[in-house]
Amino acid sequence: MASKAHAEVENFPVHVHHQFEDIEQQNEAYIVGMWTFMVTEVMFFGALFLAYILYRWHYQPDFYMAHKGLSIPAGAANTTLLLLSSFTMVLGVHYAQLRKSKMVVTMLGTTCVLATIFLCIKFAVEWPPKFQHGLVPGANFGTHPEYLNGASPRAAELFYSLYFLMTGLHAIHIIIGILIIGALAMMWAKGKKIVTEDYIPTELVGLYWHFVDLVWIFLFPLFYLLPQ
Amino acid sequence: MSAQTETHQEEEQLNYLTNGKSLKSWLLTGDHKRIAILYLISTALFFMVGGIFAGLIRIELTSPTGVLLETETYNRVFTAHGLVMIFMFLIPAIPAVLGNFVLPLMIGARDLAFPRLNLLSWYTYMVGGILITWALCIGGVDTGWTFYTPLSTSYSHGPISLAILGAFVVGFSSIFTGINFIATIHKMRAPGMTWFRLPLFVWAMYGTSVVILLGTPVVAITLALVMVERWTGIGIFSPELGGDPVLFQHMFWFYSHPAVYIMILPAFGVISELIANFSRKRIFGYHFVAFSTLAIAGLGFLVWGHHMFVSSQSMYEGIVFSLISFLVAVPSAIKIFNWTATIYKGNVRLNTPMIYAICFMMLFTVGGLTGLFLSSMGTDVHLTATYFVVAHFHYVMVGGAITGFLGGVHYWWPKMTGRMYPEGIARVNAILIFIGFTATFVPQFIVGFMGMPRRYHYYYFAPEFQIYHILSTMGASILAIAFFTPATYLIWSLFKGEKASANPWGAHGLEWEIASPPDSHNFHHIPIVTDEVYDFPGVEYAHPSHGPKKKKSKEAEPATKGKH
Repeated sequence: MASKAHAEVENFPVHVHHQFEDIEQQNEAYIVGMWTFMVTEVMFFGALFLAYILYRWHYQPDFYMAHKGLSIPAGAANTTLLLLSSFTMVLGVHYAQLRKSKMVVTMLGTTCVLATIFLCIKFAVEWPPKFQHGLVPGANFGTHPEYLNGASPRAAELFYSLYFLMTGLHAIHIIIGILIIGALAMMWAKGKKIVTEDYIPTELVGLYWHFVDLVWIFLFPLFYLLPQ
Repeated sequence: MSAQTETHQEEEQLNYLTNGKSLKSWLLTGDHKRIAILYLISTALFFMVGGIFAGLIRIELTSPTGVLLETETYNRVFTAHGLVMIFMFLIPAIPAVLGNFVLPLMIGARDLAFPRLNLLSWYTYMVGGILITWALCIGGVDTGWTFYTPLSTSYSHGPISLAILGAFVVGFSSIFTGINFIATIHKMRAPGMTWFRLPLFVWAMYGTSVVILLGTPVVAITLALVMVERWTGIGIFSPELGGDPVLFQHMFWFYSHPAVYIMILPAFGVISELIANFSRKRIFGYHFVAFSTLAIAGLGFLVWGHHMFVSSQSMYEGIVFSLISFLVAVPSAIKIFNWTATIYKGNVRLNTPMIYAICFMMLFTVGGLTGLFLSSMGTDVHLTATYFVVAHFHYVMVGGAITGFLGGVHYWWPKMTGRMYPEGIARVNAILIFIGFTATFVPQFIVGFMGMPRRYHYYYFAPEFQIYHILSTMGASILAIAFFTPATYLIWSLFKGEKASANPWGAHGLEWEIASPPDSHNFHHIPIVTDEVYDFPGVEYAHPSHGPKKKKSKEAEPATKGKH
C-alpha cells in the first residue's frame, strides 16, 4: 500500500473518497444509495398505512366521526407550508447547481423556517386541544366523550393512536430534516468545499425533504379529509 | 483481468491485516475486509451463545418430564435460542461476513460505496446484540422469537421491550448493509464487469439486499408498534382494545418469511461459487441461476400467509398463499438442477468447501421438499407447530445456510487470513457435520409427524416419543463437536497454517488475482475485465455453445500448486 497506488489515492481531489475512481462514480453511488434508503422509508411508512387502511375498513363510520376532531384549517395550513418548503428546496438545489451560494443559503434557510412553522402549528396549535379533549391514547383517552363525535371509543382510540403514531413519525422526520437542512445551509454559508464544489449533497438532502413532504401529502387526506 | 500479478512479487507489503495494529485501527476502520473480520468474530460468538441454548433444549427433551429446566425457563431458553440464532447469527452471517469481504473484491472495487455506513452497521449490530443479551441476562423473554401478540403486548412479563428494541436495532444494521451492497453493485463494478459477468455470489448478495431493504423496515415498524403498545397501552394489536392480533402476524411474516431468503440466498451464492470452482467448469445455465435468485427474492414476498394457515385467515387467501409457496420451489429447484449439471462431467476436486457444497445440496433438497408438505394446506393443518416444522426449517437454516457459511469460510479463509486450514481434519469434520446434522433432525421429522408439538418440554402423554428425542440429542452432541472443531483448527491455522498463495484453489475470479491477504486498497489498479465469469483455462466444453462466449487468449494463472 505504501507504493504508487497510495500516492494516486493521495492525489485525488479532496472530495473524492478513496474507494471511488472519480467524482461521477461517487455521485452516482450516493444517488443510488439515497434512493435505496428512500425505498426503505416507503416500506417503513407503508406498514403503518396498511394498518390504517385495515382499521378504516373495519371501522369506517367510527373513523369518519372520529376524524371530525381534527382541525382541517390547521392541516391545510401545514400542507401549504410543506408544499412551499418543497418549492424553496427545489430552488435551493437549482441555485446549488448554479453555485450561487447566497441564494442557496436563503432558500435552505426559508425551507427550515417553513418546516419549523409546520412543527409549531402541529405541536402548539393542533396537539394541545387533543390533550384537553381527552383524545390522546395512552394518556387520557375518552375522558371527554363529547369530543368523540359519536364514534365508538374503541374505534376512535385506534383512529387517534394511528393519527399520533403516523403524524408523530412524520414529525420526527421533519425534525431530522430541519437539522440536516440547517447543517447544509451552514456549510454553504461557510463555503465548505464538500458542498459547494458539487451540487450532489444538496440534491440528496432535497430528495429526502421531498420524500418527507410526500408522506404528508398522503397523511393529510387520509386523516383530515376522510370522506364518509 | 491482469496487471495484478507483478505486484505479488514485491515482497512483504503491508496487507490489510498488518496495516495498523492498534485496537483503534480496527474499531474505527472503514476497510470492508476488517469490518468483515469484526463481523466474523462477533457472529461466531453469538453462534456459540445460541448453540448453548440449543444444547439446553436438547438435554431437556431427553426425558418426557424434563431433566434440567423449569417450564418457564424452558420457554425462555427456546426463545433465546431463536432470537440469538436468527437475528444475531443467521441474518448477518453470510452477507456481513463473506459478502462484506469478497463482494468488493469480486467486482473489482476498492471498498464498498459507503465504508463509514458499513462500520456503523457493525456498531448497530453490536448495540442490538448487547440489548438482546441484556434482556436475556435479566430474566429473558418467553414469547418465542416471533413475539406474537397479544402474548407479547398484554400477557407476558419480562424484558420484552428490551429484547424487541434489540431486534429493532439489529434490523437497521442489515438495512445499512443492504443499501451499501446495492449502491456498490450498481455503481462500483470494474470496467468490463457487466451484470452477466458478475459471479453468482454477487447476484445472491443483490437479491438478498433487495429482500433486506423491502422487508426489514416493515418488521422494524411492527416491532416498534409492539413496544409502543407495551409502554402506552394503546391497542393496535390488542383485540380487547379493538386491534387485530392477526395484523401483527401479517406484518411480522411479511418480513420474517422473506428473512428466510435473507438467510438462504447468500448460501446459494456461496454454493454456486464452490460448485463452479471445484468442478472447474462454467456454471450450467448461469442466467437461470442468476434470475432464479431474483425470482426467489420476488416470490418470497408473496408467500408469508403460509405461516398463518391456522390463524383464522380466509380459506381463499390460504389457497393463493399455498399456490405461490409451491411456486418458490421452482427457482430453488432450478438452482439444484443447475449445480448438479455443473458437477456432471466436471473436473471435481473434493476439497473441504466442495464437501460442504455437496452436503448443502443434499440437506437443502430435503429441507426444500419437506417445505412442500407444509405449503399444502391439508397436510399443514396436521403438521403446524410440530417438530416436523422444526426439522424442516433447521434443514434449510442449518443444513442450508450454516453449511453454506462454513463452506464459504473455508473457501475464502486463505484469502482472508493468508493461511491454509488443515485440509484433512477439515474434510473429516465436514462429513461429521453431515452425520451429526442428519442424526439430529431426521428423528425430529418422524416424531413431528407422529404429533410431537414444538415448544413443549413435557411429553409424558406420549412416552413413545422419547427414543426419537434421545436419538436427536445424540446427533446434536456430534453436531456440537463438529461445530466446535472448525473454530479450533481455524484459529490454529492463523498461527501454524501453511502460507496461502494468491490463488490456492486455481479458482477463477478477481478476488483470486490479488495477494492473500489483500492489501488495504484491494487493487493497485482497478482491473479491466475482459473474460467471462467462471472461464476456466484448459477446460474443454462438450458443447461449445455452453462454454463462455469469448475465449481468453492470455496466460491465465496456472493453478498454483499447493497440496490443497
